[in-house]
Amino acid sequence: MGEPARDPARVPRPAEGLAAVAHRAQELLPPESVIADHTRLRTYECDGLAHYRVTPGLVVLPDDAHQVAEIVRACAAHQIPYVARGSGTGLSGGALPHADGVLIVTSRMRTIREVRRADQRAVVEPGVVNLDVTKAATPDGYYYAPDPSSQLICSIGGNLAENAGGAHCLKYGFTTNHVLAAEFVTPQGEVVELGTDAPDAPGYDLLGAVIGSEGTLGIVTSATVRLTRLPEEVRTVLVGFESTDQAGAATSAIIAAGIVPAAIEMMDALAIAAAEEAVHCNYPEGAGAVLVIELDGAAIEVEQEYAEVERLCRENGSFEQRLATDPVERALIWKGRKSAFAAVGRISPDYIVQDGVIPRTALPEVLREMTRLSEESGVRVANVFHAGDGNLHPLVLFDDSVEGAGEAAEKVSGAILDLCIEHGGSITGEHGVGVDKSKYMTRMYDDDDLDTMQMVRCAFDPANISNPGKVFPTPRLCGEVPGRHKDTHPLQEAGLAEVF
Amino acid sequence: MRSTLERTARDAVSAACEDVVPGGEDDLVDGVAPGLVARPASTEQVSALLRTAAEHGLTVTPRGRATKLSWGLRPRSVDLVVDVSAMDRVLDHQAGDLIVETQAGARLSDVQRVVAEGRQRLAVDETMIGATIGGTVATNASGPRRLAAGTARDLLIGITVVRADGVVAKAGGRVVKNVAGYDLGKLVVGSFGTLGVVVEAIFRLHPLAEVQRWVSMPVSTAAEAAEAVHAVVHSQAVPAAVEVEWSAPGDGAVQVLLEGRADAGDGRAATVAELLGAASVTSEEAPTGWAAYPWEQGETALKLTCVLSGLSDVLEVARDAEVRVRGSGGAGVLYGALGSDAVTTTAAVTRLREVCGRHGGTVVVLDGPAEVKRDLGPEGVWGPVPALDLMRRVKDQFDPDHRLSPGRFVGGM
Repeated sequence: MGEPARDPARVPRPAEGLAAVAHRAQELLPPESVIADHTRLRTYECDGLAHYRVTPGLVVLPDDAHQVAEIVRACAAHQIPYVARGSGTGLSGGALPHADGVLIVTSRMRTIREVRRADQRAVVEPGVVNLDVTKAATPDGYYYAPDPSSQLICSIGGNLAENAGGAHCLKYGFTTNHVLAAEFVTPQGEVVELGTDAPDAPGYDLLGAVIGSEGTLGIVTSATVRLTRLPEEVRTVLVGFESTDQAGAATSAIIAAGIVPAAIEMMDALAIAAAEEAVHCNYPEGAGAVLVIELDGAAIEVEQEYAEVERLCRENGSFEQRLATDPVERALIWKGRKSAFAAVGRISPDYIVQDGVIPRTALPEVLREMTRLSEESGVRVANVFHAGDGNLHPLVLFDDSVEGAGEAAEKVSGAILDLCIEHGGSITGEHGVGVDKSKYMTRMYDDDDLDTMQMVRCAFDPANISNPGKVFPTPRLCGEVPGRHKDTHPLQEAGLAEVF
Repeated sequence: MRSTLERTARDAVSAACEDVVPGGEDDLVDGVAPGLVARPASTEQVSALLRTAAEHGLTVTPRGRATKLSWGLRPRSVDLVVDVSAMDRVLDHQAGDLIVETQAGARLSDVQRVVAEGRQRLAVDETMIGATIGGTVATNASGPRRLAAGTARDLLIGITVVRADGVVAKAGGRVVKNVAGYDLGKLVVGSFGTLGVVVEAIFRLHPLAEVQRWVSMPVSTAAEAAEAVHAVVHSQAVPAAVEVEWSAPGDGAVQVLLEGRADAGDGRAATVAELLGAASVTSEEAPTGWAAYPWEQGETALKLTCVLSGLSDVLEVARDAEVRVRGSGGAGVLYGALGSDAVTTTAAVTRLREVCGRHGGTVVVLDGPAEVKRDLGPEGVWGPVPALDLMRRVKDQFDPDHRLSPGRFVGGM
């Protein structure tokens, strides 16, 4: 599964090409960093989306940009596909390997090269774990804002590839808003600098195109990220409601009041039950929904906002509000939320984590339709989502040992994405398209839109070797560009001559 | 200099759009007289115009209200101006979703007026009066509020462009959080009309602040200015903007904007005043020159960037080179103005480029007299640009014949 048919005319003998790349890798890297043994290769057969599995042809673990570039160059010379992988926590199969390709694992490139408080910057290698950037900056009063739930293990390289968000992106934005520059290896094996330490580098924002491109445009080998000042005050409040409708109405009221909380997260009864079972987070008993609301900023501002949030929740039917009074209590509130996905394993042997986005105001309607879907099909759905920005993470529960249950769950999961699209939303808010959702791309974008995106692909990777088969349902053949420089003399373009 | 079009091409352009006139004196694009000016009323007409231009090999420059039309290098040729100012509708404001959808020709001020009815705003400053959404996107123009809110690059969530071949393409969408497909908006923002014609854009919005306070501190040396900026940006005051006014000898200021809830405004201003020192002054009114570029008509306009630790050095060199500076010191993005003497300009740009480059930044000559731009050439105007080859490959894909704003952008693209 997930292995698209390759044109035999373009890649005549993959086995020989792969052997040549392996040979080059062995010249460049120490023996333990080149894996060709089938048993060990199987360790890398999937990422966080484990139902897609492909054993890679070769795994390499380079130490630096030069080695990455040399391996990519060897791949390019032999038309061998490659896939970059960080910690392998992705949830859309974006790092699913190629059977006759190379998996380039960046986990050995994990040096935090610089933390410059004065400039609010850190320079980090792609294998650095997200949370470690924050840990390195905290002594200086700073942190790295994007915080995907997997931040304890996910890598910065993967974060860039997926444009990772997190619970706090409602207020602070996504990875793309926090990366200034990157060292980047093109699919031709060139090492180039994208962006600058300072904002607004002149020229096309190639970095903006690369971030979120799911490894299809090349490999980032170092990133210069923005560090954010730790807030003076943080208030995290856990609010219990009888229903998701009430919790949704409270969320709307908060947004309408002109408050942008650092986070507003919602969990429904089933998700609460799972979290309770797993981490004993002691959420309000009998709640049909909880909101985790976090406010941060200048202390007096937060105080004003909190008073209003407290009132708005009460007016919309909250029966319990529990304000974290210290970092331990705050951590416990977040633990329930951030462990929710894994916790669902306690109440169901198997589950699908869905990731869709709807305009926030469509929330009540979409939730009702999801309930109907669940009731009609008999498939249970637990709901965890970023209520502030409409990013839903329904967890579709099933038991794979029951015949047909997997298919029924898939059907419900797909129907939920249909709902997102029908309401003008997106098929993915943060997990990416990968192999899992490429078939849905045509539902969001028409042929012209997809063709235009492929122009970017053709500019970066005309040979289609960098993570091929991901994101797009059908790749475009990048032919020769017609009519280049029809009217312009190269000297004129270079600014050496003018024709006025 | 006027572009002369063959009759068949002129007829074809007129068939694609009802409102087509010959380019006049008011239509100069940085001194270049366009052959024709078309004023399409719809995306379909823009598409038809671009398709016609492709068939006849016509060069095209998109235009909004022309407030920044002369930014960048002078285009090599302008057969056709596609003026989107008639496409000026704010299409949809969803206050509950904090988004606005607008046509490219809408004025930024009109968008603000519409979204203000829902007590919201698009967090982009109107640095040029009358600026349109399309031009703001094409140049990624920004003002003081970029410190906290970012620029159009950060706020744009969906875009529709008409490609050089007339194909209408969209990317992103109507939700803030969306990672499906390539983020084409990022490529288009700041591309100076060289990749396509922007026809629609969707932005995320912010709530309007209930209260604003400006705390200003006079400074007389570059070191003092930098010290004041550092004191605020490294504090926990969460300023909306930290500006440096450095446009006259001995008469500088650091200006901090605080925005938020009514009852917190005075308290937060007091905190910042304490950080800045006893000489600071708090006001409910914006200081003179706020959110305006420092240059006068006909002067050379520079954009200077640096990391925070380089601010003092950059201001020092700017003063020494008699470049008047104003801008977001807190974000490391400044604007400089200097007179029209080309020799002085070249020397000043060289010196500033050295100091900004040493501090992780760049210098771009946004605008200036024809002879200044000519003498500087593409590399002198845009500075050295890493990854230029990759940028050329992007351009070749989107505009293989190099007909869109040809020569205006980096590397003479």
